[in-house]
Amino acid sequence: MNEEALWENGSAPFRVIAGPLPIHQRDVLAKDWQTLAQTLRRRGARLLGIWGEERNDRQYRIHALFLTADSCYWCNLALAQGVEGFPSLAEIFPTAVRQERAIADLLGLRPQGNADQRPWLRHAAWPSTFLPLRANPVPLTELSTQGDTDYAFQGLPGDDLHEIPVGPVHAGTIEPGHFRFTCLGEQILRLEERLGYTHKGIERLLQGQDPFAALVLLGRVSGDSTVAYAWAYAMALESIAGVHLPERAQALRGLLLERERLANHLGDLGALGNDAGLAFALTQLLAIKEEMLRENERIFGHRYLMDLICPGGLTMDLGADTCQQLRASGLRWQQRLQDLELLLQEHAGLRDRLVGTGTIAPDRAVDWGMGGLAGRASGQAWDLRVQFAPAPYDRFPMEISLASSGDVASRWAVRFAEVFASLRWQEKLLQELPTGACKMPLPLPSVGEGLGIVEGWRGEIFVALRLEAGRIARCHPHDPSWSLWPVLEEAVLQDIVADFPLINKSFNLSYSGHDL
Amino acid sequence: MYRILREAWRLGKVGDPMPSSSSPKKATPFSRSAVIRHVDAGSCNACELEIQALGGPHYGLEQAGLRFAASPRHADILLVTGPLSRHMAAALQDTYDAMPKPKKVLAVGDCACTGGIFHDSYAVLGPVETLLPVHERCLGCPPKPEQILSSLQNLLHEGLEQ
Repeated sequence: MNEEALWENGSAPFRVIAGPLPIHQRDVLAKDWQTLAQTLRRRGARLLGIWGEERNDRQYRIHALFLTADSCYWCNLALAQGVEGFPSLAEIFPTAVRQERAIADLLGLRPQGNADQRPWLRHAAWPSTFLPLRANPVPLTELSTQGDTDYAFQGLPGDDLHEIPVGPVHAGTIEPGHFRFTCLGEQILRLEERLGYTHKGIERLLQGQDPFAALVLLGRVSGDSTVAYAWAYAMALESIAGVHLPERAQALRGLLLERERLANHLGDLGALGNDAGLAFALTQLLAIKEEMLRENERIFGHRYLMDLICPGGLTMDLGADTCQQLRASGLRWQQRLQDLELLLQEHAGLRDRLVGTGTIAPDRAVDWGMGGLAGRASGQAWDLRVQFAPAPYDRFPMEISLASSGDVASRWAVRFAEVFASLRWQEKLLQELPTGACKMPLPLPSVGEGLGIVEGWRGEIFVALRLEAGRIARCHPHDPSWSLWPVLEEAVLQDIVADFPLINKSFNLSYSGHDL
Repeated sequence: MYRILREAWRLGKVGDPMPSSSSPKKATPFSRSAVIRHVDAGSCNACELEIQALGGPHYGLEQAGLRFAASPRHADILLVTGPLSRHMAAALQDTYDAMPKPKKVLAVGDCACTGGIFHDSYAVLGPVETLLPVHERCLGCPPKPEQILSSLQNLLHEGLEQ
């Protein structure tokens, strides 16, 4: 079939999913799967995520979510009864490689045409016959605590090269993962990541849960993005219920999301300064972050704003006096941060470490399909809040923060710019906070399929959800880290080993959100 | 340099008073100072945020005689977060074994103490005590920095003999 014809009037046209962002869904036949992906790629689409599910008995489905400048495209590939393989998108979207390997690990469906068939999320603790996302996985007696010792790393050959294995336990307070460096002297020639150490079986735990009770788990997929996950999940539920939230609920959710962004950016900026040897930056920025966390606790009841978003709205409301407090502290931080930004901007020692380190040039960012904070630092103007202006960003517009050189200094600059943008946005919002209810009843049908997507501080976080008999049949939370971890492997090339912590921190990707 | 000093002066001292420890002080070899090795055994990373916050200027971690080490060889206390994922079990055991005696284990967060919401997963072993002897527990999701500090001080004052 002609590609454009497939797009325009293929056998199954796009359905529109209700929600604040445009999401189009369609079924695709296995023979058209790669063609459609190519067409989307040609239209400038990025692959946000690819995942699988078992429906009924041995009836498998592969899902892929794509994002273009004007819509999200949710494509479903239903495999014929008993078929346990699917055409790979790895050649078209390089970030599909690991996600397809994860599908093979969890569901036993083989990506045909994916050159890398090694396990990804599965380590040595259970055999390849144990498939946790199948309806009836193999008995748990096969589980062990064996370490992952025989993974086939793809090192480089050469007598002058040496390998440095790092992790899963790292020197600092960060999450676990393994990095294998191949070096020539100090210079990194190759980095290979091995993740999956924090795999907690979240997707299996979600199956069969009550959709309201599952919110606690969704808020802990990646603790630093708890607001974004809870919002995306609530959005999926609300899209199934087909409700429109009151304006105040939307506005307050936006406020929580921006405060989550602020807290994380401040912490990362401080840690970046520290990794470059400037403890002053860490102390100053952590002090402001701590003030914010304490204010969160005082006003919202939780330092990291966990469990505040609920299906249908929020579990809390703001009083007029607390709005004044939030505005006052916001303006105070803005002033202090302006002084600090200028000072750090002119600090020669810091600039020396940040500029030209860990570079992903804009053309490579396009090839990788980068989005989120790291994408914006490489000149990729993707930001759901700006592109689609979903409520509350329709009434309170957000500005996009961009940089073009794609190095650590760019990611630093975008973070600082977003800190100021979020503070200004918070001030505008609090000036004219919509009145009304901040929660509404959610009449949830017992069957349905929905998707929620939110611009978290790292990038697009989405949750795909299918309900059956009033319970969760399949829920897939997706972190932007999936698409950015492979990029980190490229960003460190030509830099030295000592710069790795700095480059890694500048991306600050989630292990937990990726390992699930 | 002048401007850095001026900003530091402007921020001033932000530290809180030390939380008082529930255990009585005893004269033990490590009662005044201990070194911590942190291992994330599958946490959602919220506990890590609080441990990082603990290192910030509002909490006098080093003032309390505590600091984090990059190597288990230098550590007295093993601070574990997360519901102990199967994939981290071997690495956690290796870290514990690499620490010199005497040593203590502190479980931080609901997951590390009880397995939390991940308890029933195939990929999770459950509380840290299924693998290692745990001497102190700090509950919370995530526990606040002052709670973690208080647990660490309890361990200090109990002494580290084993």
